[in-house]
Amino acid sequence: MSFLTYLINGLSLGSIYAIIALGYTMVYGIAKMLNFAHGDFIMVGCYIIFSVSAALSGNSVIGIIVAVVLCTILGVTTEFVAYRPLRGAASPLAVLITAIGVSYLLENIALLIYGADIKSFSSVITWEGVSFAGGQLKIQGVTIVTILVSVVILIALQLFINKTKQGQAMLAASEDKGAAALMGINVNRTIALTFAIGSSLAAVAGALLCSAYPSLSPYTGAMPGIKAFVAAVLGGIGSIPGAMIGGMVLGIVEILSKTYISSQLSDAIVFGILVVVLLVKPTGILGRQMVEKV
Amino acid sequence: MKKVKRVLGAALACVMSVTMLAGCGEGAATATTGGSGSGTFKIGAIGPLTGAAAAYGNAVVNGAQIAVDEINEAGGINGVQIEYKSEDDELNAEKSVNAYNTLKDWGMQLLVGSTTSACSIAVSEYTKEDNMFQLTPSGSAEDCVKYDNAFRVCFSDPNQGIASAQYINDHNLATKVGIIYDNSDVYSSGIYQKFVEEAEGKNFEVVSAEAYTQDNNTDFSVQLQKAKDAGADLVFLPIYYSDASLILTQANTMGYAPTFFGVDGMDGILSVENFDTALAEGVMLLTPFAADATDDLTVNFVKKYNEKYGETPNQFAADAYDAVYIIKAAIEKAGATPDMSVSDLCEALKGAMTQIETKGLTSAKMTWDASGEPNKEPKAVIIKNGAYVSAD
Repeated sequence: MSFLTYLINGLSLGSIYAIIALGYTMVYGIAKMLNFAHGDFIMVGCYIIFSVSAALSGNSVIGIIVAVVLCTILGVTTEFVAYRPLRGAASPLAVLITAIGVSYLLENIALLIYGADIKSFSSVITWEGVSFAGGQLKIQGVTIVTILVSVVILIALQLFINKTKQGQAMLAASEDKGAAALMGINVNRTIALTFAIGSSLAAVAGALLCSAYPSLSPYTGAMPGIKAFVAAVLGGIGSIPGAMIGGMVLGIVEILSKTYISSQLSDAIVFGILVVVLLVKPTGILGRQMVEKV
Repeated sequence: MKKVKRVLGAALACVMSVTMLAGCGEGAATATTGGSGSGTFKIGAIGPLTGAAAAYGNAVVNGAQIAVDEINEAGGINGVQIEYKSEDDELNAEKSVNAYNTLKDWGMQLLVGSTTSACSIAVSEYTKEDNMFQLTPSGSAEDCVKYDNAFRVCFSDPNQGIASAQYINDHNLATKVGIIYDNSDVYSSGIYQKFVEEAEGKNFEVVSAEAYTQDNNTDFSVQLQKAKDAGADLVFLPIYYSDASLILTQANTMGYAPTFFGVDGMDGILSVENFDTALAEGVMLLTPFAADATDDLTVNFVKKYNEKYGETPNQFAADAYDAVYIIKAAIEKAGATPDMSVSDLCEALKGAMTQIETKGLTSAKMTWDASGEPNKEPKAVIIKNGAYVSAD
C-alpha cells in the first residue's frame, strides 16, 4: 500500500516535471535553443499568483489567469528583446549565455522585490482528495489535479500541432526555417507563438509546483527547471510525448530511489540515469535520429 | 551560513594576526600591566549593538548590565565592585577584534563575548595570546571555545542534539522518533549525529532518519511517509525554520500529526510570511530561556529588564546575565583578587570553572569541564496560540 502511495507521489512530481519539460522541448524543437530561463518563468508565475491572491484576499483563480497572461507577455518579450536579435549570431552559444543571463536577472529582480525570505504559498487547489482502503491510501487533491492537467495539456498540444495551421507552421519551422519561410510561413511569429505557449505552461506549472510544495523563494524554479531539462533530454528533446514520458520517469525514479535507496542520493541517481541514457541512446527515449543530409 | 561565517572569521583572524605583529609590543605592554589599581574587577562585553544583529548584541549588553548592577548593589564579588563597559562590533569579526583592543586599553580583565560565533572565534585568537579569560554567552559554533581560556554559556551547535535527546527522554515525549535533517548543512548534520549517539539507551527508539539536501528541499513527502510508516510519534527536526515550515505544511496535507521537536534554528517559524501558524501549534523547540517561566529568578529578571529597557528579554540577554554570575562564582571559588594580572586571573578562573556549580536563568544547574562546554539541563518551549510558551 505504501508502495502505491510513493508511486502516486512520483507520478505527481513527474507530472510537474513534464509540464515544465514541455516548455523546454517546444522551444528547443522549434527555435533550436535552450531557454535556461524557463525555470525562472515558473518562479515569476508563482510570485504573481502569490501577490494577486494576497491582494484579492485569497482568490487564486484570478491569480492563475493573471499569471498565465503576464508570463506569456514575459516570454514573448524576452524572446523579442534577448533572443531574437541573436538568432543569426555566428555561435549558438551566444543565445545560450543570454538565456543564463535572463535567468539570473529574473532571480535577482525577485530577490530585490520580495527579499530572500521564503514565503508560504497557499495551495490553489483546496480539494482534499480521496481515500481508499479505509484511509490507508490517501491521494491528495493536488496530486490528482496535477496528473490530470498534465495529460490534458499533452493532448491539447498534440491536437494543436497536428490539426491547426499554426501547429503545422511550427512543425515546418522546426524542420527547416529557411524552407518554411519560402513557403510563406512567418518564422519569427511562429517562434514567438512557441514562446508564448511555453511561458503560459510555465505559469501553470508554477501554480501546481507551489501548490504541491508550498514554499516560494527567488530560487524556487531553478532546480525543478534543471530537472525538467533532464526530463526533456531523457524523453528526447524536441519530442512532446517524449517530454511527458521523460518527466514521469524522472519523477517516479526520484521518489522511489529516495524511498528504497537513499534520500540523499536521489539526485545523484536521477542525473546518473541521464548519463546512462545519453550513452546508450543519445537521442533520448522518443528522440528521432537526425541524419545529416549532404 | 554559520560555516561561511566561521571560515570568514578564521580567515580574517589570520590576516589580522599578521598585521598585528607590528603592533605587538604595544599590545603586550597593555596585557602585562593588567591588574587594575582601582580595586575593581573590570568586565568588558562585545556584541553587535548596531546593524543586522543589533537585537542580539543589545540583549547581551543589557542582560549583563542587569547582573552587574545586582551584584554591585549586593556588595560586589567578595566585597569588590565590578566596572563594566561594552563595545560594538557590528557583527564584523575585524571590528570585534578592534572592540577587544579598545576594552583592553580601558583595562578589561575579563571578557563576556563576543555575542556571535564568527566574532567570538576571531577574538579568541587574541584572548588566547593575552591569556585573558573569555566567556561567550551565545557563540555556539564549536570553535568558539577551542582554546582552554574560553568557555561558553549556551550549548554548542552539535550539543543541542545531546540536549534534545535528553529532553525527549526526561519528559517521556515519545517512544518512537523519526528524524529529518539537512545533510548538506554542518549545523544540521552535526546535531543529528550527536542526537543519534545520545539516543542509545534512552527510553525512545529512533525508527527513521532521513536526510535531504539544499538542492532537494521542496519534496518531503517521502521522508514524512517513512516516519509515518515507521510509527514515529515524534519527529525531530534539527533544521532551520524555512524548511521546517514546508515540512509542517506537507505533514498536514498528508494527515500526519506527530509532535515536532526542533532546536534553535526553528526559532522564527512563526514569522514566515503567509505561513498558517495554526500548523505550528504544539511544535516544541529547545531553547535556554522562556520569558514566561514562573520561577523567581526569571520573573525578577524579566521585570527588571522590562523596566529598564522597555522590552521582554530574549535568550541572549539571559545567557549574558548568567555569564556575569558565572564569572562571579568562578572568582569566589578561586579567591581571585582585582590586583592579579590578566594572565594570573585567567589561570585561576580556568581552574575554578571546572569546579563550580551555578544556578541561572538558562539552567537550574550548570557545570563545566576543561573543554569549555557547559553541562546543563536542557529547556524547551512549546508553541501555543501562535506564541512561544515554556514547556516545563
